Amino acid sequence: MKRFADLLERLAFTPGRNAKLALLERYFRDTPDPDRGYALAALTGGLETGQAKPALLRALVAERVDPELFALSYDYVGDLAETIALIWPERGTPRDVPLSEVVVTLSGAGKTELPALIARWLDQMRPSERFALIKLVTGSLRVGISTRLALTGLARIGTVPLDEIEELWSGFEPPYAPLFAWLDGGPRPEVTAKAPFRPVMLSTPVTEADLPALDPAAYAAEWKWDGIRVQAVSEGGVARLYTRTGEDISGSFPDIVERMHFDGALDGELLIRREGLVAPFSDLQKRLGRKSPGKAIIASHPAALRLYDVMTWDGEDLRALPWTERRARLEAAVAGLDDARFDVSERLPFGDWDALASLRADPPDAVIEGVMLKRLDSPYTAGRPRGPWFKWKRDPMIVDAVILYAQRGHGKRSGFYSDFTFGLWDGDMLVPVGKAYSGFTDEELNRLDRFVRNNTIDRFGPVRSLKARLVVEVAFEGLNRSTRHKSGVAMRFPRISRIRWDKPAEEADRLTALTDILDGMGA
Amino acid sequence: MQSETFTHLLLPRPEGLYCPAGDFHIDPVRPVARALITHGHADHARAGHDTVLASRQTLDIMAIRYGPDFARVTQAAEGRMDLGGVEVSFHPAGHVLGSCQVALHQGGVTAVVSGDYSRVANPACAPFEPVPCDLFVTEATFALPVFKHPPPQDEIARLLASVRAFPERAHLVGAYALGKAQRVIMLLREAGYDTPIYIHGALQRLCEYHIEQGVKLGDLRPATMDKAEAKTLREAVVIAPPSAFASPWVQRFTDPVVGFASGWMQIRGRVRQRGVEMPLVISDHVDWPDLTGTLRELNPEEFWITHGRDDALMRWAALEQRRARPLHLVGYEDEAE
Ligand SMILES: [Zn+2]
Repeated sequence: MKRFADLLERLAFTPGRNAKLALLERYFRDTPDPDRGYALAALTGGLETGQAKPALLRALVAERVDPELFALSYDYVGDLAETIALIWPERGTPRDVPLSEVVVTLSGAGKTELPALIARWLDQMRPSERFALIKLVTGSLRVGISTRLALTGLARIGTVPLDEIEELWSGFEPPYAPLFAWLDGGPRPEVTAKAPFRPVMLSTPVTEADLPALDPAAYAAEWKWDGIRVQAVSEGGVARLYTRTGEDISGSFPDIVERMHFDGALDGELLIRREGLVAPFSDLQKRLGRKSPGKAIIASHPAALRLYDVMTWDGEDLRALPWTERRARLEAAVAGLDDARFDVSERLPFGDWDALASLRADPPDAVIEGVMLKRLDSPYTAGRPRGPWFKWKRDPMIVDAVILYAQRGHGKRSGFYSDFTFGLWDGDMLVPVGKAYSGFTDEELNRLDRFVRNNTIDRFGPVRSLKARLVVEVAFEGLNRSTRHKSGVAMRFPRISRIRWDKPAEEADRLTALTDILDGMGA
Repeated sequence: MQSETFTHLLLPRPEGLYCPAGDFHIDPVRPVARALITHGHADHARAGHDTVLASRQTLDIMAIRYGPDFARVTQAAEGRMDLGGVEVSFHPAGHVLGSCQVALHQGGVTAVVSGDYSRVANPACAPFEPVPCDLFVTEATFALPVFKHPPPQDEIARLLASVRAFPERAHLVGAYALGKAQRVIMLLREAGYDTPIYIHGALQRLCEYHIEQGVKLGDLRPATMDKAEAKTLREAVVIAPPSAFASPWVQRFTDPVVGFASGWMQIRGRVRQRGVEMPLVISDHVDWPDLTGTLRELNPEEFWITHGRDDALMRWAALEQRRARPLHLVGYEDEAE
């Protein structure tokens, strides 16, 4: 548990992706089985813990610490698990309780045994291990890394390519003994699990300038929908829904899973659809976080799949077939499914790139974020091969905003003020609407840094509040309504595309520039 | 005895603790005629007093910080001194180089003003000396039962493990110039890290002073390299005052691991708030067990709390049936570490 707790703590405070990968690699390399397997499950949300309620922990600590001192401490620390981890009175000699002992014991423990069990472990642990334990037993461990990042770190301990690990790993149960044996140089294991995930084929971006070099007759075009790319697998009576990184989200979408009456693996976009109309991404977000959604939200936010491809069908692997043949098989397959929940992504008719450009410029639905181009002869290849599939995204939306706050960056931008909060005018006030950084040039980075230091009004911890002087052009991919933001809007993928040293702050855009877009989307 | 029993010996005043019988202040926050100074941290040792009485080392440190003319008259504390009929003596506090507690004796009553103190061994200074007393005056910076500082050696071991795991990333450790910086250096040396340690210019004079006083810090180099040179460093540890991380100085390092050595690093929110990647819980103050342990050990008739988390310490006093009084003195950094 000590190594695992150390890993969690470092991951929590390490901003850089490469540093996170190095930490994961070291952990998986240096930690013995079966602990590293359970850790992999914990990091990817695949651990069935959460047996204890916070009230149980509160009761345990109340037996040991004066309630008033506890209340003062909790008030200061702000997090229940952290307060208990720190305040728990040390007893006896610490023991490095294996993570596997915790997971295995918890899974077999009855409700009445839990308090004594947890208290005994807490007695034997140090604060950071206690923190990890409490988060585990209450099912509230949030590591903040993606499944793909965890698997990328894992792949580094051996020579097996990442996409092969992705294809196989979810076919095993924690602690994934055959998977680790394989990574350590053993034979490739047989997957025995039903309905495993298969690595997804991804596209590369293309711009208008690249198109003349491509033959329009060799490509099919489809809308690129702004939902979540998923894989729906149903085999031998087991149905599962995976994200494109192999995360099993079946539990969140029972309305899809219970209708997967087929035998095969389909690739598509998860959307919220009401009477044929696709709802904005924010509606889908409301369902994503819920591990077991209630009836009301399922009824008000019905999920649907818009299918792009078929990988296997009735026991046959179709991935080597050209796209046109798979498309025909897909259309035949979907004909037998509930059409309110499953439909095939429309194929767009176009003669040349100009015709496609005009379709792209005026999509029939606001939830479309561009067009996809797929070579008619392309097999389904895992990963992101360059050429067979392209995404030609809609031009980003742009506003001119004023920089309000600055924070120092990390990694390559470390020490420079390069992370910014920007705002738009609402009356004569500037309202924050988003945060962004950009791959500025070194010269821009230096100039921005000087600007921040010379225009600071106030400091709060690492954040500097700035004079409203500098305008930046912010490009973004979409908008949602948001109750968490003061402005009422949330941008998707905002980035600073240009610094407008020349533009006076008064000429920056107004908040209505965004709300008008939302009103136009009917969102 | 009641609080009033002590008030001829000690009183809280807006400018700090005052001894009416001897007509002097201890660690005053404003200029006064006669100041007794416990240690050289800026919130305790300020410039502008007429006469200053402190340990030799604290006087030296004040001269380094404020220039040789920081007071009209200075006097190094030695043995038992008579100040207007009050017998005064200085005793080690174990906090930083030169740090002392001030004991006042008169008419069979002893009051001890501890300043900042620590019970953890620190090779830069003599260990805290428990002085039997009727009144003990303590700070309460870390007076919550969540503050239990781990052995500093464990924290340094974590730092060194990271240095070895990420040899190409310079490890920058934020540490205050007096005490903490040298403490971190000594702990690194104790752990066998014997390559040169780079120090920010703001630490130079106080590190030199420690060396003059016989504290071994090993090979220290100025952290004035340029960007290209910084890139060639391997397994480098750089110590700097926390304020340096907000200055352009830090930009010479590409993708550094930013650490901070402080008792506050025990709280995750504080770590995030400061943007620290490598928190090191290394403190020169007493944590909760050492604070309450010291109060039990000294078992004074009454104790006073100058500043900090006095609400929790008052609750503890009530549970233990000890007489305590919060003074709410202002001007002492609750943040001081
Ligand atoms: Zn101090």
